[in-house]
Amino acid sequence: MKDISLHLLDIIRNSTAAGARNIKVQILADINEDELRIIIEDDGIGMDNELLERVTNPFTTTRTTRKIGMGIPLLKASAEMSSGELKIDSVKGKGTVVCATFKISHIDRPPLGDIASTMTGLIAAEPEIEFILNLNSDNGSFKFDTTEIKEKLGGVPINEIEVVYWIREFIEEGIKSIFGGVLDEIDS
Amino acid sequence: MKSIAELEEIRKRTLEQIGLRENNEKMRIVVGMATCGIAAGARPVMNTFLEELKKRNINNVSVTMTGCIGICRLEPIVEVIEPDGSKVTYVKMNPEKAARVVAEHIVNGRVCIDYTIGAEEKNK
Repeated sequence: MKDISLHLLDIIRNSTAAGARNIKVQILADINEDELRIIIEDDGIGMDNELLERVTNPFTTTRTTRKIGMGIPLLKASAEMSSGELKIDSVKGKGTVVCATFKISHIDRPPLGDIASTMTGLIAAEPEIEFILNLNSDNGSFKFDTTEIKEKLGGVPINEIEVVYWIREFIEEGIKSIFGGVLDEIDS
Repeated sequence: MKSIAELEEIRKRTLEQIGLRENNEKMRIVVGMATCGIAAGARPVMNTFLEELKKRNINNVSVTMTGCIGICRLEPIVEVIEPDGSKVTYVKMNPEKAARVVAEHIVNGRVCIDYTIGAEEKNK
């Protein structure tokens, strides 16, 4: 995976495969702590303790449950390469929380990438799932919530291409205003 | 700065168009978006499909994602599914190929034979 947005897409696909109806994504940058934190929270089927223990091992892929494979091990490797870590909490029947941290200034930290494309791709493909995106840094915070958008749209489907494009630009502006001057790659 | 209020404009404009659309039978473009697909470049391929459809004002086609179908070495894989269920599987896709699939297959109904899984497997 070349950047964090591709990891994010991959991990959120686990949530959709787990039958989640609500998925909350938080991207938090703390300059004082030099830490970038990505949290993905879903209300999917969750995992029991036995599966949770095996889930970071790439060789536990099972063909019947599409929950696991290379996605989580690759994210874990990316986080650990940049002095961060990966934590997963899950309750069977309730949902899963995946949290990855990265040291912002670490030379091996992957760039944030195109977060807006990750979100719009998911929204176009899964219009019935509610997505929340929270961005936070010293610059302030930004919130995007599909339930709010759907309310405004009335009868127009959220995956209408024109709407998808509006959402992409809306999120791109959010990324620029929250992470500009915080994450080097946003300014270039 | 974009504001949520702009959605009201889009809503009005789009509702009129939706009323004008004759049949709701949608053609579907399905992009393989598992770890293998994403790592091979499936997201830019999906973006290109959305861009080309917007550019050409085509709105009776939906673009969606699927998981790994078990032939990771041929990713990015895209399936074009007609309303009647018949399906064409394109392999080793990239944004340029995606644009051609829209122009030839989606718009003109001519399958891009050289990008299909059948053509790829014959060349082995």
